[in-house]
Amino acid sequence: MTTDVASPPTRQRNRSRGGGLLPSPGWGYLMIAPALIGLVALYVWPFLTTFGKSFMDVPAFGPGTFTGVDNYTELLGDETFWQALRNSALYTAILLLGVPVAIVLAALIEQVSRGRAVYRVLFFLPVVTLPVAVSMVWRFIYNGDFGLLNYVLSLLGVPGQYWVADATFTIYAVGVVGIWMSLGINLIILGAGLQSIPRDLYEASSLDGAGRVRQFFRITLPLLSPSVFLVTVLTVISALQMFDLIFVMLRSVNNTALADSKTIVYLFYEKAFVEFDQGYGAAIAIVLLMVIMAATLVQFRLQRRWVFYD
Amino acid sequence: MTDQILRSRPIERAAAGSKASRHGEWVIHVVLAVAAVVMVAPFVWQLITIFKSNREASQMPPTLLPEDPTTGAFATFFGSVPFWAQLTVSVSALVLRVIGQLAVSALAGYAFARLRFPGRRLLFGLFIAMLMVPSQLFLIGQFEIIRDFGMLDTIPALAIPGMFSAFGIFLMRQAFLSIPAGFEEAARLDGAGPLRTFWYIMLPMARPTMAALAVLTSLYSWNDLLWPLIVTPRGDKRPITVGLAGLQGQFGTDYPTLMAGALVASLPLIVIFLVLQRQFFSGVASSGLKG
Repeated sequence: MTTDVASPPTRQRNRSRGGGLLPSPGWGYLMIAPALIGLVALYVWPFLTTFGKSFMDVPAFGPGTFTGVDNYTELLGDETFWQALRNSALYTAILLLGVPVAIVLAALIEQVSRGRAVYRVLFFLPVVTLPVAVSMVWRFIYNGDFGLLNYVLSLLGVPGQYWVADATFTIYAVGVVGIWMSLGINLIILGAGLQSIPRDLYEASSLDGAGRVRQFFRITLPLLSPSVFLVTVLTVISALQMFDLIFVMLRSVNNTALADSKTIVYLFYEKAFVEFDQGYGAAIAIVLLMVIMAATLVQFRLQRRWVFYD
Repeated sequence: MTDQILRSRPIERAAAGSKASRHGEWVIHVVLAVAAVVMVAPFVWQLITIFKSNREASQMPPTLLPEDPTTGAFATFFGSVPFWAQLTVSVSALVLRVIGQLAVSALAGYAFARLRFPGRRLLFGLFIAMLMVPSQLFLIGQFEIIRDFGMLDTIPALAIPGMFSAFGIFLMRQAFLSIPAGFEEAARLDGAGPLRTFWYIMLPMARPTMAALAVLTSLYSWNDLLWPLIVTPRGDKRPITVGLAGLQGQFGTDYPTLMAGALVASLPLIVIFLVLQRQFFSGVASSGLKG
C-alpha cells in the first residue's frame, strides 16, 4: 500500500492527467462538498483568523483592535519566548540523535530471520500508548527522591538528579522520552525503506568479499537515505510542536522548573488559552509556522548533499 | 511494501545471508533484545508499581517486586475518577471522528482521483497546502467556531475538526488512483452512475487503505490532549486524556494510583493495536504519523 502512496503506477498517473476521467462536474462538486466546507470553515478560515489576530490586541471578551506588528516586536523582546524557542530547538536536536539509533535497529531487525514481528510490536508499544500515560510513567521513573533512574544510577555510583524538577535537565529528560516514543514509528518507515533495497546488491558485494559493516555503509545507508530524509523531516516537524510531554511531566503546583522548560507550543497554549491573550498567542503560532517552514526548507536544501536518489 | 514488512521473506533472506551472517545472528538478537528490554522496562516498572502500596512505591531503594501485593490502586482510581464517563466520551468521539473522517475522505478522494470538474487541480492544491500548516495555527479559530455554535463541552466538538483532514483525502485519492480503470469502465458500461460505481466497485477495493486510515485516526483521536483541553472548559464531557492529566493534580505522588490510571486508560488502544497490527504498521508507513 505504501508503494501506492509513494508512487502510483505510471499507467494510472497518465490516466489522471489525460481525458480518461469521468467528466462529471455535478458529482465531483457534490462529493468534495463535505470536505471543502469542513476544510474552509475549520482550517482555511481559522488559519486566516490566527494570521489576522497576530496583528491585533484581543481582549478575553469583545473585539480586538489592530495594533500592527506590536505583538511581534513584543515577542522579540520577550525572554520567555526566546527561552521557549531554545528549548524547542534543543528538544528537536535531541530527537534527531534518535534517528541513527533507529537506523541501526531497523537494519538489525532486517537481518534476523526469526522474531522480527515480536521486535516490531515491542518497539511500537510506546507509540500506541497514551502520551499522557507514558509521561506519567516516566515522571515516576525520573522522580528525584525515589525514582527508578536515580536508583539505577546509584548502583553505578552516579549521583541522582531531579530530572524533571531541575531546569538544567528537564529538556534532556523529556527528549529521551521523545526518542523512546517515536522510535517505533521511525523503525516502520525505515523498515519499509530497507525492504525496497534490491537484494542482489548485497549478493554481488558479498561475492566481492565485502563484510557486513562495509555493506551497511556502502549499500544500506546510501540507498536508505531517502527514508532517512523523510524520518528526519518528520522528526523535526513534530519535535517543534511538542506539547504533551511538558504538560504532563513538568506541570505541577510547585515545579519551578516548568518556567524555564516551556516549548513554543506550550507557551502558545498558555498565552492563547490560559491567559486568553489571543493576539500574542496567534503571533507565537505564526512564528512557529515560520520556524517549521524554515527548518523544512533548510533540510530540503541540504538533502542534495547527502540523499541518494537512484 | 508494507505487506512485505509484515511477511518474513525466508527465501531472499537465505540467499542474502552468507554462512558468516547466519552464524552471527545470535549477536544481533542479543543487541535487539537489550534494546527491547529498555523499550519495555518503563511498562514493566509501571505494572510492578501498581501492585505496591503508596508507601512502598515511594521508598528508596525501591523494592523489585511488591512485598505485599495489593489491588488498592485500582480501587482508588475507579473510586475517585469518573472513568466510565470519560471512557464513553473518548470512545464516542473516536467513533464519530473515524466515521466522519472515512466518509469525507473517501468521497473527496474519489472525486479528486476519478472525476473531472473545473477547479479540481486548484482545490486539491488548497487541500495539500493545509497539510503543511502545523495544527496549532488552527486552534484559535476552531475554538471560536465551536464556541460560537454553542458546542463547547460536547462530544461533536471533540470530533468534528478531526473529521476533515487533508491527509485523509490525500491517502484515499492515492488509493483510488491505484485501482485499475477497467473495473470502473465495466461498471459504467453496465449503466452504473458515479455514486453506484463509487459505492459498489471502488469503495470495497479501497478497503485496506480505509482500514489504515481508520486506525490512524483512532490513534490521533484517542491520544489527543491539547484540543480536548481547549474545548471542554466546563469539565464534563472530558475524554480520558484530559481526565488522566487531571488525575495527577488530584493524586500528586500517589504513584500506584497514577500508574493504574495510566494503564487502564491506555489498555483499549493497546488491545486494538495487538489485534490490528498490520493496519497500524501500514497506516504509519504511509504517513509518518507525526504531529
